[in-house]
Amino acid sequence: MNTVEIGQVVAESEFRLTRDSLVRYAGASGDFNPIHYRDDFARSVGLPGVLAHGMLTMGFAVQPVVEWLGDPGRVLDYQVRFTRPVPVDAEEGAAVTVVAKVGAVDAAGARIDLTVTFDGSTVLGKAQVRVRLD
Amino acid sequence: MTVNPGLVGRSFPPTAPYLVGREKIREFSRAVFSTSPLSEDVAAARAAGYSDLVAPPTFAVVVQELTLHQLLSEPDAGIDFSRVVHGDQRFSFSRPIVAGDELTATLAVSSIKSLGGHSMVTAESVILAADGSHVVTAVSTLVVRGDE
Repeated sequence: MNTVEIGQVVAESEFRLTRDSLVRYAGASGDFNPIHYRDDFARSVGLPGVLAHGMLTMGFAVQPVVEWLGDPGRVLDYQVRFTRPVPVDAEEGAAVTVVAKVGAVDAAGARIDLTVTFDGSTVLGKAQVRVRLD
Repeated sequence: MTVNPGLVGRSFPPTAPYLVGREKIREFSRAVFSTSPLSEDVAAARAAGYSDLVAPPTFAVVVQELTLHQLLSEPDAGIDFSRVVHGDQRFSFSRPIVAGDELTATLAVSSIKSLGGHSMVTAESVILAADGSHVVTAVSTLVVRGDE
């Protein structure tokens, strides 16, 4: 496949989340925690309002890499740390950007580092995808 | 309520087999904004060498969730679900999940650490195919907030 160099940006994308996206993910994943679709409930537990599922953010953040690879099966390992929540406004939604950059290259393939940003701050830490490039 | 340190090393029974359906893969793919034809079009997946649709990487959470439910509902775990925040997540694959897989997952608690009044519970779920071969291991760290 492609030869890659450390520091090379292999993919970038913007995802526009709406409340509909959260309900769709709740149904698809089975995670029906009401903090992801009820403002009143979210506020009752001290949150500013409805938040995106962390696993939804993890789920779409790898998709630009999958698209670049052409095959989800080329992902060998994927890890993230959830460092900041993504509030999704009922009217405005939330725009989350993903930049995927080569962090390391080895015999097995490469490590792609993701920078995932909402409202000027990163929301995932140590977001790394180990991929096969054969 | 504090997290029971005796959970470390405790083994949980394997979950009932989860049959991965094509439409479930398509539904999950749309939910995570996947554009991969391999998760949508059976012919494309077969042309790439797979037996059926290929799940997006984080689909494994659907099966892992069954094991986390076992952990959170363990009577003596001392984990108050309303105080749980997802800290870290990792998936390590031997191969991707494909439609038609019948997966079982077995959870083990690998560590419990205290940090500033919170408990960090790391749970590892090993997900195997029907023939016993390894598909993916899902590791979650759950942060259980302490009493204020």
